[in-house]
Amino acid sequence: MAAPTTVRAPRAALVPGRTPLRIGPVSTVVRLRAAAVVVVGLVVVVLALAVNLGLGEYPISVPDVLAVLLGGGNGGQRLVVLDLRLPRSLTGALVGAALAVSGAITQSIARNPLASPDIIGLTAGATVGAVLVIVFAGAGGAVGGATAAVGIPVAALLGGLLTAALIYGLAWRRGLQGFRLVLVGVGVNAMLVALIQWMLVVTGVYQAARAYVWLNGSLNGRGWEHVWPVAVALAVLVPAALVLAHVLGALQYGDDTARGLGIRVDRSRSVLLLVAVCLASVAAAAAGPIAFVALVAPQIAQRLTGIARPPITGSLVVGAVLTVVADILARTALGGTELPVGIVTAVIGAPYLLFLLARHRRRSRG
Amino acid sequence: METDGARPTVAARAAGAQAAGMALTALKPRPPAGGSGLRRRRRLTLLGLVVAVVAGSLLSVAVGAKAIPLDTVWHALTAATGTEDDVVVLQLRLPRTLFGLLVGAALGMAGALIQGHTRNPLADPGLLGVNAGAGFLVVVAIYLLGVTTPLGYVWFALLGALAAGVFVFAVGSAGRGGPTPVTLALAGAAVTALLTALTSSVILLDVDTLDAYRFWVVGSLAGRDLEIVAQVWWLLAAGAVIALATAPALNALSLGDDVARSLGFSVGRTRLLGILAITLLAGTATAMCGPIAFLGLVVPHVVRSLTGPDYRWLLPCSAVAGAVLLVLADVLGRIVVRPGELQVGIVLALVGGPFFIALVRRRALAAV
Repeated sequence: MAAPTTVRAPRAALVPGRTPLRIGPVSTVVRLRAAAVVVVGLVVVVLALAVNLGLGEYPISVPDVLAVLLGGGNGGQRLVVLDLRLPRSLTGALVGAALAVSGAITQSIARNPLASPDIIGLTAGATVGAVLVIVFAGAGGAVGGATAAVGIPVAALLGGLLTAALIYGLAWRRGLQGFRLVLVGVGVNAMLVALIQWMLVVTGVYQAARAYVWLNGSLNGRGWEHVWPVAVALAVLVPAALVLAHVLGALQYGDDTARGLGIRVDRSRSVLLLVAVCLASVAAAAAGPIAFVALVAPQIAQRLTGIARPPITGSLVVGAVLTVVADILARTALGGTELPVGIVTAVIGAPYLLFLLARHRRRSRG
Repeated sequence: METDGARPTVAARAAGAQAAGMALTALKPRPPAGGSGLRRRRRLTLLGLVVAVVAGSLLSVAVGAKAIPLDTVWHALTAATGTEDDVVVLQLRLPRTLFGLLVGAALGMAGALIQGHTRNPLADPGLLGVNAGAGFLVVVAIYLLGVTTPLGYVWFALLGALAAGVFVFAVGSAGRGGPTPVTLALAGAAVTALLTALTSSVILLDVDTLDAYRFWVVGSLAGRDLEIVAQVWWLLAAGAVIALATAPALNALSLGDDVARSLGFSVGRTRLLGILAITLLAGTATAMCGPIAFLGLVVPHVVRSLTGPDYRWLLPCSAVAGAVLLVLADVLGRIVVRPGELQVGIVLALVGGPFFIALVRRRALAAV
């Protein structure tokens, strides 16, 4: 009788420092440092949200804010926190998370840390839509107005999705190649940016000023109607991205290796790209193109977690932290005047990335 | 040069091609080009580009918002008598043609350099923070000092560009290993974002500053004073000389830092000189005409598909091609919306974008 014991599931070689976790047919590596980044990040997000919710003309202490969030607090506090301030802060956190995940995906697909949605034209598409409405429909600055409330987000969303379809169609040629996709995106981006600049030159200076506020990404006056689309998009798309995360890992090694590992490269890449596009467009529709989050959050997350490519959950958390902290500063830094949040994300994100770059090099020296 | 003997050996072993690094860095392994075929194609490319630059310059002098017959143009160039047409040709069209040639050449060459030094096909000369630095100091000059003329912007823009370039290089090279392509690119992107944000906050504070800035930032050749060229031409010349002198070392660098080092090139010094050249070329170009996007990104890709990745050819050909492209885009901008005109930066992106996409689709571009 042949010994059946010889036919065993192959045992993965144990790598020192990598604890495997197996549940049925699924196995993964437990990365304690990555998990710690996510947990710490989530705690920071909640605390920053609480600080942000307490700020304003009617200040509320952080413990009181937390109490309100958990169902306590008096009527006045509940009204201020839940109805007036929570939508704005939550929009910030969710938009930051969505942009960061979008950036993590595009950077991984293109294997290029510069390939954020801002650079390959997705954000510019959304911006063209919105600026079109602001400049030619006269909306955006005046408070209220159906054109501003509905028109701008819808135009931004349509602009982003149409641009993505255009880039995808132009880049597809017997398969989708990461390199070609990015270059086509860069070409489309240049045209769209020129279009935006042209609109800003031909219009009056006040429309241009309003458009600039939107261009920098603003969370001012955001309500629950801005929260829900982003929340739904994240709830649907992030799990999809997580399921496909192993594809990103394999794509790191090049298309041929990924194909050799049994991955349908073109199909997975298309689906992942769709996820990234939807996240970026929905985020831009809700809060304008908040600069730099999509580029910097994945890079920061990658360096904090010590993983070889931008991690999805890590990026999500870092993006949320970055945007909420930026929002706090945007509201308080200049006293009465509120800065667009997109300015502050760059002002705090850029030095932090520079610090990480410098520290990494110094450590690798020793 | 002692390394001249060593380089072909490596190249021959690696690729069987005459030009060092050609097949190694190509995305798709190409059949080894016969030495004479490649050489002929490069010569034809350079010749074609020179013809194009002459034709483009003539076109730029002859065509404009005001229709001037060719014989009158010729008369203005050879025997000006101070008529209205003579003034248009000599004081408006000739200077802007000169600006187009210089700025286009500087940006084309800077683009080829930055893509080589960061080994990133997405890099453009603005990546080192040059445009953002120039833009920030220009905005500060407008806001605090009330400067509003292109001549007044020049030294502020130049100072901002140089400071940003030096800072990015310092951060990107903090460490004994010196700057790597990835840290340079990321540090550049971070500094650009930071400076852009600071620029935006000044603009949002003051609507008059926005009004002046939005016309500077699109990039235009119109209404520039020849005095600007007289003040800054030597910076462009210095940048070009440094760039061409480091071309052989950049060839070795594109084989990887270790190979370059073993061939006897100093990686750190080459990169330092390269960044210096990029900052000089791109910073001066931006100071002259405002940030002109896209030119420095596209031109090297187009030229590389004709000459191959040898920087001794790529750098001069990119310079000439950049000059051609910028002058032609400027001519187009003058005739599409007569009697007004479209800024050259906008024309460049709107016309160059589709062309670039067609090129990307048609052939697999060689990787940097």
